Amino acid sequence: MLRINPRTEQKIISYLLYFLTSIAIIVLIFILTVILKNGLPQLSLEFLTKNPADMGREGGILSTILATVFLTFIALLVATPLGVGTAIYLTEYTLEGRVTKIIRFGAECLAGIPSIIFGLFGFILFVNKLNFGWSILSGGLTLAFMILPTIIRTSEEAIKSVPMAYRLVSFSLGSTRWQTVTKVVLPSAIPGIVTGVILSIGRSIGETAAVIFTAGSALRMPTSIFSSSRTMAVHFYILAKEGVSMPKAYGTAAVLVISILAINLLTYYMMGRYIKKKS
Amino acid sequence: MKEVAIQVEHLSHYYGQHRSLKDINLQVYRNEILGIIGPAKSGKSTFLSCLNRLNDLIPGSRVEGRIVIDGQDIYGPRVDVVALRRKLGIVFATPVPLPMSIYENVVYGVRLLGKNNRRELDQIVEESLEKAGLWGEVKDRLHTSALKLSGGQQQRLCIARVLALKPHYILLDEPTSGLDPISTMKIEDSLRALKANYTIILVTNNTKQAARVTDRTAFFLMGELIEINETPIIFTRPRDKRTEDYLEGRFG
Repeated sequence: MLRINPRTEQKIISYLLYFLTSIAIIVLIFILTVILKNGLPQLSLEFLTKNPADMGREGGILSTILATVFLTFIALLVATPLGVGTAIYLTEYTLEGRVTKIIRFGAECLAGIPSIIFGLFGFILFVNKLNFGWSILSGGLTLAFMILPTIIRTSEEAIKSVPMAYRLVSFSLGSTRWQTVTKVVLPSAIPGIVTGVILSIGRSIGETAAVIFTAGSALRMPTSIFSSSRTMAVHFYILAKEGVSMPKAYGTAAVLVISILAINLLTYYMMGRYIKKKS
Repeated sequence: MKEVAIQVEHLSHYYGQHRSLKDINLQVYRNEILGIIGPAKSGKSTFLSCLNRLNDLIPGSRVEGRIVIDGQDIYGPRVDVVALRRKLGIVFATPVPLPMSIYENVVYGVRLLGKNNRRELDQIVEESLEKAGLWGEVKDRLHTSALKLSGGQQQRLCIARVLALKPHYILLDEPTSGLDPISTMKIEDSLRALKANYTIILVTNNTKQAARVTDRTAFFLMGELIEINETPIIFTRPRDKRTEDYLEGRFG
């Protein structure tokens, strides 16, 4: 029998685990390096402020940046109140039981549906049935339903973690249920809710399959919510897949990655300040 | 003749199948401090939550019998529960400041009534903190977080928060159970001062505190009211053997 002394064993295991853990970081660093190394040289003021020309071979990506922002904005505008509202209903307004289980199960299933199926759903419902056409509106609404489960789940967790005693105190001071929710529960749950919203922003910005079916891929500057338009992620997909221009594709990817990182950092900074102010 | 403020008749309370209060009959007189003593799980806290209907919030909670407060049957139809809870302010065993400033904690209930006049609120804050014996300690940092106060200060803040609503009754549920002797003393002093204007019900598992502060004392045991009488009588010649045993520390 091979016997290892406990100290050596401890050493081997911790190195092994250290290695396994670092793989996640290594992958992240690898992706960032590839994207930034190829993408950063493409970045310039012109790239950010000019519209694409010649199918994206020339010019910048301004219209796709704006399309991404508008689409994400609409998605959040619809999904946040719906999701937070659902979470409030599940936690504050109804008892744990069959109904809450069904709603929660439904939300979980929704989360598991592949995004291309959401694209198909959006295409059938918004683009065709409701006749919104390929547009920012159709794309935004489709994304809204895609991110809804994330917002529901994170908001629910955040609301549940607010101490029961706060609610009891609030009621005992003569508040109604709604006043308790708006004045005590939600302010305490905000950091958790915002985390869910950020995750959703990340997903919306990076989504291609659901968007290409619903918002289309027109390179024109969007002029209204009914304009067909191309988001950064879709632009990248088309540039790379059709072999239009790899340098421009990398440039787009770099902007995409940097903006997601920036949103994350900014929000964590602001949440940190919010929590400090509250406690 | 003392005026009856609260009349409790044949009050029973159930959590699901469990009967936690059994046929309680008692009166609370205006401007007295009524102490409620008894071992853990004897229904003292449940009794308080029946009085301001906080038990409504607990699933499976059910009440039988009648409670008449200021001539109104509080379990009758058309009772404004929100107004009832303002009239009977409650202070819990663990101080629970809401995660906001000292000032905002005190005016929390007042703002719910739609009062937002700065000068009026300032005055309510000063008065309430003064009555709770906390004003001197916090007047220079009213807008800092209430979570930074010590446990004893937090509990007095909770009392101030209740006083800000100008209640008629103050219910206290073992308010000093987690506090040091000095904080306890300060709170007991506040209670004695408050008696002039309020009717107070003090649940305590500290029998000495009941002896020090209350006018009358009720002894609860396993959901039953064993006896109620003037505090000196309860403590010197209780009528029931179980009261005597409890007070002498033979159980509980």
